[in-house]
Amino acid sequence: MSANHNQPKKRSELLKVLQNRKINKDYYVLEVESPASTADILPGQFVEILVKDTRNAFLRRPISIYNVNTDRNSFELLIQIVGEGTQLLSELKVGDSVDIMYPLGKTFTLETKGKKALLVGGGVGVAPLLFLSRKLKDNGVDVHILLGGRGSDNIIEVDNFENYASIYISTDDGSKGEKGFVTQHSVMQNMDFDMIYSCGPDPMMRAVAKLANEQNINCEVSLENMMACGIGACLCCVTETTSGHQCVCTDGPVFNTKVLKWN
Amino acid sequence: MNTSIKIGGLDLKNPVMTASGTFGYGPEFEDFIDINRLGGIVVKGTTLNHREGNAYPRMAETPSGMLNAVGLQNKGVAQFCNDIYPNIKHYNTNILVNVSGSTVDEYVETARMINDLEHIPGIELNISCPNVKEGGMAFGTSCPSAVAVTHAVREVYKKTMIVKLSPNVTNIAEIAKAVESVGADGVSLINTMLAMAINAETRKSVLSTITGGLSGPAIKPIALRMVWQVAQEVKIPIVGMGGIMNATDAIEFLLAGASAIR
Ligand SMILES: Cc1cc2nc3c(=O)[nH]c(=O)nc-3n(C[C@H](O)[C@H](O)[C@H](O)COP(=O)(O)OP(=O)(O)OC[C@H]3O[C@@H](n4cnc5c(N)ncnc54)[C@H](O)[C@@H]3O)c2cc1C
Ligand SMILES: Cc1cc2nc3c(=O)[nH]c(=O)nc-3n(C[C@H](O)[C@H](O)[C@H](O)COP(=O)(O)O)c2cc1C
Ligand code: FES
Repeated sequence: MSANHNQPKKRSELLKVLQNRKINKDYYVLEVESPASTADILPGQFVEILVKDTRNAFLRRPISIYNVNTDRNSFELLIQIVGEGTQLLSELKVGDSVDIMYPLGKTFTLETKGKKALLVGGGVGVAPLLFLSRKLKDNGVDVHILLGGRGSDNIIEVDNFENYASIYISTDDGSKGEKGFVTQHSVMQNMDFDMIYSCGPDPMMRAVAKLANEQNINCEVSLENMMACGIGACLCCVTETTSGHQCVCTDGPVFNTKVLKWN
Repeated sequence: MNTSIKIGGLDLKNPVMTASGTFGYGPEFEDFIDINRLGGIVVKGTTLNHREGNAYPRMAETPSGMLNAVGLQNKGVAQFCNDIYPNIKHYNTNILVNVSGSTVDEYVETARMINDLEHIPGIELNISCPNVKEGGMAFGTSCPSAVAVTHAVREVYKKTMIVKLSPNVTNIAEIAKAVESVGADGVSLINTMLAMAINAETRKSVLSTITGGLSGPAIKPIALRMVWQVAQEVKIPIVGMGGIMNATDAIEFLLAGASAIR
């Protein structure tokens, strides 16, 4: 039960599609316009989108906020097609309206001026890290990002990240950047970072957290548990923490790995 | 139009309530709707002691519905009385507490504590939760046990008591009649249907508990049939629920014989 009075007010609205940009056959960026300012949205927060005309995608789909454009009251979502819901959303046209509940969840802890941060994203898990890199750079943080994926098709939006961070790439098959898992990448062998942020497949985040903890570096991850309500009411999305079951949708999705019972 | 109705001593300004477990405690929805416009809200299943609930994954989406196996995660009735109640008692609607337990004594103790809360005009006795190992649904699937728990709680609980029935029975009307005979002011139905989802790739059940409770539009036809069957047999009001997504669905429940809906 957490009415977050210090967080931006959550809203549920019909938003207009401004852009639906295809990256490759698996990924796209959906930009939607809000009737009000989007300046209160924080990095790490997510939205719940209602998919129309389907009996299979009955629940809203949780998607991270990829970028925010306050100049035109919009935000962007970076989405990977994995099933019917994400497929139907990829077919939205400019001018269509889409029912979105936002902004949900808690933000990352932002490092301050002069600090050095490493961001590690796997596949579509890079989504919440773009807005985070932007905010970190604004704060005067030295931002480094390691983008990981199965192959070169899963390394996306590199140009966009280059605006805010030094880039490192690793792929499982070696088709781009260094070959291997993100935790085997050279940037992770010399860990002089003050903070590590990560989002991606569960095993990847666990491996990153383990390395960070061994070196006593603070580490925050953004979890992607299955959700139903997205607002802390149904208790479906829980993760085990040092203080019992907590909801990923309201107590997270961002957690410090110290509180997660991952062992 | 006057849409108010009465269940026991409880006046609902309209027949629309929220279902337990799907609406949290209320504050979760404050940003979205005016809670005071609802006829009533039924807060999350409450037990005598703190319960962590079942392990993740405890939810699976299925066509036109979902399975859940939350397992009555809650911090216990004392925490409800001390920490949650003060924050919700100002709502200008009827707040009902959904009461559950593993033994008759647990139900009785929990109901006794809630009886003392001035702004809680009623309870919903949950004898139909399919997601706990002991008690829960077991009480709602046979007449003698449903009668035992309803009767025992009636002795200590003086305000409106609605009994929530399980659809996982062969004759729901019989159970409804049995709880009516020992003092239930109303019945609510249906709780979730015991069900299962399997991932063919991993060859395993999707839920940590293997089985869970199905809710949503998928169960609406079953809920309607049961409301109709119960309406033929009892005189007390029926609160209908199960897959209500819009006004048409709600009207269907009222036509089947429900007095109020969720
Ligand atoms: C807080 C949060 C943020 C997210 N951010 C993004 C994002 O920015 N971009 C993005 O593309 N996706 C994101 N996801 C995952 C996204 O919600 C799912 O991919 C989506 O719901 C799948 O819907 P579907 O109908 O297309 O697929 P479905 O048919 O529902 O599922 C297809 C496959 O995807 C798997 N799947 C479904 N939901 C999830 C999930 N939550 N986590 C992992 N696997 C899942 C299913 O097990 C199944 O194998 C996020 C999830 C959460 C909880
Ligand atoms: C996530 C979830 C949690 C639930 N928890 C409870 C509960 O604690 N107590 C209870 O009596 N019913 C609980 N239910 C059952 C609902 O109150 C309701 O009876 C059922 O979901 C059917 O209605 P619906 O299809 O409109 O959701 C829960 C249902 C869901 C989906
Ligand atoms: S999804 Fe309902 S509590 Fe998190």
